[in-house]
Amino acid sequence: MSIWEYANPKRFMQTSSWVLPWVTGLAAMALVTGLTWGFFLTPDDYRQGSTVKIIYIHVPAAMMAINCWAMMLVTSLVWLIRRHHVSVLAAKAAAPIGMTMTLIALFTGAIWGQPMWGTWWAWDPRLTSFLILFLFYLGYIALWEAVEDPDTAADLTSVLCLVGSVFALLSRYAVLFWNQGLHQGASLSLDREEHVADVFAYPLWLTIAGFVLFFVALVLFRTRTEIRARRLRALEARERMA
Amino acid sequence: MVELGKYAGTVLGAYGVSIALLLGLIGMSFRSSARIRRQLEAQEKRMGRHG
Amino acid sequence: MLALLLRDLRLATRAGGGFGLSLAFFLIVTVLVPLGVGPEGGTLALIAPGVLWVGALLACLLSLDRIFALDREDGSLDLLATAPLPLEGLVTVKALAHWLTTGLPLTLVAPVLAVLLNLPPAGYGPLTLSLLIGTPALSFIGAFGAALTVGLKRGGLLLSLLVLPLYIPTLIFGAETARRGAEGLASETPLLLLAGITLGAVAILPFAAAAAIRVNLR
Repeated sequence: MSIWEYANPKRFMQTSSWVLPWVTGLAAMALVTGLTWGFFLTPDDYRQGSTVKIIYIHVPAAMMAINCWAMMLVTSLVWLIRRHHVSVLAAKAAAPIGMTMTLIALFTGAIWGQPMWGTWWAWDPRLTSFLILFLFYLGYIALWEAVEDPDTAADLTSVLCLVGSVFALLSRYAVLFWNQGLHQGASLSLDREEHVADVFAYPLWLTIAGFVLFFVALVLFRTRTEIRARRLRALEARERMA
Repeated sequence: MVELGKYAGTVLGAYGVSIALLLGLIGMSFRSSARIRRQLEAQEKRMGRHG
Repeated sequence: MLALLLRDLRLATRAGGGFGLSLAFFLIVTVLVPLGVGPEGGTLALIAPGVLWVGALLACLLSLDRIFALDREDGSLDLLATAPLPLEGLVTVKALAHWLTTGLPLTLVAPVLAVLLNLPPAGYGPLTLSLLIGTPALSFIGAFGAALTVGLKRGGLLLSLLVLPLYIPTLIFGAETARRGAEGLASETPLLLLAGITLGAVAILPFAAAAAIRVNLR
């Protein structure tokens, strides 16, 4: 029993069909509890007032935006090395989710920044990197849309994902070099100094778990759609041949 | 109802935008899933075989 | 390899090869910017390094789709791919030819155009040097983008969408070098980082581009 068994689309469909409801349920539970806890039961921050509640969406969304790209990098590599279709379809399915997460992080950040920093947007390194990440998602999705042959598209987007990862990382540090930021440090680093207070951290962990589960559920769901679409294409092709 | 103070618009706006975006994403996923499933079923029926 | 390089250079400089096009585009951008932001000398001097870098980058982008598309159309790309020369070498030669016909001329005219933008005297050296070192990266990254989109019918717009985000680090370090130079600050650090990006791009991207071409010719 190894993970590669799920490279078989049929196996994947069977397993994911019974895993999916559980993950969805857990994600809904974690999100509802975490957001309710964060929204109704935490105190206001003495400097930020009630705007601190935005953290329960902003931080998990930002984390998932980056993690999603990392997941796409891994699945693209698996496709390039072992040629498992499910893997690259999962990357394709994940890209729009990552893009949405990036957008959410940018929007919630802008809305929070307006009263707190006095501006919707600043060319701060973190903000700029996220905008750049958004451009990378855009290019990746556009390439998928543009190439007709699915296997060619899979290969090209995977190569783009690899090269894009290197350049996204480079951009991250280039931007850091280019401008010093307004943004606060890591919200959940092990370094106590920059850590958020515990009252805010517990519900935050819960919403992060919720976002992760939500991401997994949605990727499974969208991958199932992609597999069906692939099967549809194959059947249509077979019909034309006959 | 929780007291949001003078930042009520900000907080509710951020939650609103995020939830709208997430719902949009979920809605899109469901729409395309339903469409593909329908087409696939039609195709399988037409070809008269399963598997 | 040398024969291929010469062939590409000849094709590019011949009439209709688009050799002068990117230079003309660069000139127009530099003329348009003062018309847009106003003729005030201080403002122009402030933004000159960035404008010249962005202008050079866009001018470079303009001729990217020619790298492989023309050879693909008349079938010579298939021949070149089956030639004894490895595909990675082909990409390197192509990117080099692109640099010689685009990046290098852009670098040479940049100081002339800088006069129009009121660049402070101290900025000329760093600007030229940063373009000289940075534009090869633009050509090699562009060759990778062109390789990805070579099979597409309308790849031009997609090509810019794919390539521009990849240009970001090069732009940042290049423009930073020129800006620091113009302000009389030390510009070695961004220049070295820029050189690092160029060397990295030259070393790695031909392999990625060759892989993409193989997929597209399959």
